[in-house]
Amino acid sequence: MAAVMKKSALTVVMCAIAILLLFPIVITFTNSLMTDQEIGMNYGQIGQMNQAVAGREHAFVNLKLLPDQVTLMQYGKVLVDSPRYLAMFWNSVFLVAPIIAGQVLVAALAAYALSKLKFRGREFLFLVYVLTMLMPFQVTLVPNYIIADKLGLLGSANAIILPGIFAAFGVFMLRQFMLEIPYAYIEAAKMDGAGHVRIFCKIIIPMVKPGLAALVILLFVDYWNMVEQPLVFLDDPFKQPLSVFLSRIDGEGIASAASMIYMAPAVLLFLFAETYFIKGVQLSGIKG
Amino acid sequence: MKKRGFWHGYLKATTIKKWIRQDASAALMFLAPSACGFALFYLIPFAMSVFDSFMDNTVDNHFTGLNNYRELLASDSFRKAASNTFYFSAVSVPLILVLSLGIAVILNKNMYLRKWLRTAYVLPLVVPVASVVLVWQILFDWNGSMNAWLSGGFGFDRVDWMKTDAARYVILVVYLWKNIGYNVILLLAGLQQIPKDYYETAQIEGAGRLRQFGGITLIYLTSTMFFVVIMSIINSFKVFRETYLIAGDYPHDSIYGMQHYMNNMFSSLDIQKLTAAATLMAGCILLIVLALFTLERQYRRFME
Repeated sequence: MAAVMKKSALTVVMCAIAILLLFPIVITFTNSLMTDQEIGMNYGQIGQMNQAVAGREHAFVNLKLLPDQVTLMQYGKVLVDSPRYLAMFWNSVFLVAPIIAGQVLVAALAAYALSKLKFRGREFLFLVYVLTMLMPFQVTLVPNYIIADKLGLLGSANAIILPGIFAAFGVFMLRQFMLEIPYAYIEAAKMDGAGHVRIFCKIIIPMVKPGLAALVILLFVDYWNMVEQPLVFLDDPFKQPLSVFLSRIDGEGIASAASMIYMAPAVLLFLFAETYFIKGVQLSGIKG
Repeated sequence: MKKRGFWHGYLKATTIKKWIRQDASAALMFLAPSACGFALFYLIPFAMSVFDSFMDNTVDNHFTGLNNYRELLASDSFRKAASNTFYFSAVSVPLILVLSLGIAVILNKNMYLRKWLRTAYVLPLVVPVASVVLVWQILFDWNGSMNAWLSGGFGFDRVDWMKTDAARYVILVVYLWKNIGYNVILLLAGLQQIPKDYYETAQIEGAGRLRQFGGITLIYLTSTMFFVVIMSIINSFKVFRETYLIAGDYPHDSIYGMQHYMNNMFSSLDIQKLTAAATLMAGCILLIVLALFTLERQYRRFME
């Protein structure tokens, strides 16, 4: 009995923390179902420091969990009335998709060499990859900018896509996965006369599928979120992805719906492949 | 099949040597795409930027030694940015470590809804920063909900969160919110690797809860912890995204970090200061990471 009590008490505490963490997401969702008028009434006070002093009660925003009237009006406005929003959504897609496809492919090849092939300087090379991975964006900003300038990529999406493809993270993560594959498999395949390309395609890739899935999600989440790169490399506001655009939406009553639409792909992908995601993150933390 | 016949006539040692040689050429093939791109977009440009940091900005570009660094270190905004970044990491990393360890230990226990709770903790990690900026504004505006609750319920004075020193705490909350789940799942993996019978043995020998935690959990979690610390430091730099989206190019002094400094140097095309700052920051991170790895190795040796 005491054990059940304790179990329940712990669950309650942990649920409270979970609710706290989910709060911003839930609020965004419920607010996305409100009408313009309601949004305006509740949040019109934001950023109006000077006008607000007169009546204290009305001066504060009114954070409301449930809409008075549930409506999809905001979604309609975002999707139908603002073509700019959809254009930016596609900007995001066209930036993120090539990065993921490219990095997964390039990284898988490199990770195979770094985990399963013996050659001199292997450890050192891996260390270089890891150290680069650990550098914050601002440190690689200058180098990226210099090379984009030299290659004439400035202002084009390629200035973001190409460095994205060759980023070290995928190599690091897939190597961790490949280290788990026993070397005996490869030796056996070699005995049977399989070359490295065959081994890579027929043994390694099928065995690291969970790792590939985890990498895809992690990359998606990270690049779907990117803010710094587009700010630096894309001066044309029409080429910007949504992540940058969203922060500029002012309280027209569509910000919540726009946020939800933006959040949806990442959240759905995560929920859909959560096991892979968690396994992938956890494996990257176990050093080989 | 032909290859197999070819290998068969050799002694084992030679075979292995040949294998290595064969491996090396294959490795070159597999590595080439990544290594070329990596060199082109990261290594070579980084070397160029380090080189630039020792040059002056006249047309003929001559070597000025540590001049740029001297100027950088003398600049107030750099010092402010560097110390803010340093203090933010120094406070936020230990804090997130303690909190996420606590959550991970509890989640690892027998409890209801465990899987659901884990999902809830990780979810903020996948939510795009830009989507929740609005919520942060609603909460921390001068007219925001936080002030409404604090002044309505407790009679506190209003705080202009983003424009006073309090901005620091707002960013800290955002950082914790975002990253705690990531640490929790890493630590959970570490916890699950500790064999259960260690605890049973300890219990039989009469070790209390606290002893068990200190003597088993913490000890066997060390290598996971090192990884978590490194990732937390890295993520503490990434909080710039949130800061930027909430507060823009020139936020309140207390949250003006290295990233703002470098972005602004970039906009004003001060390449000398920028490259010097980038080199310094890379050097510091390199030192921190190497120090942590050395510490871990020492610790492991000590454990054995």
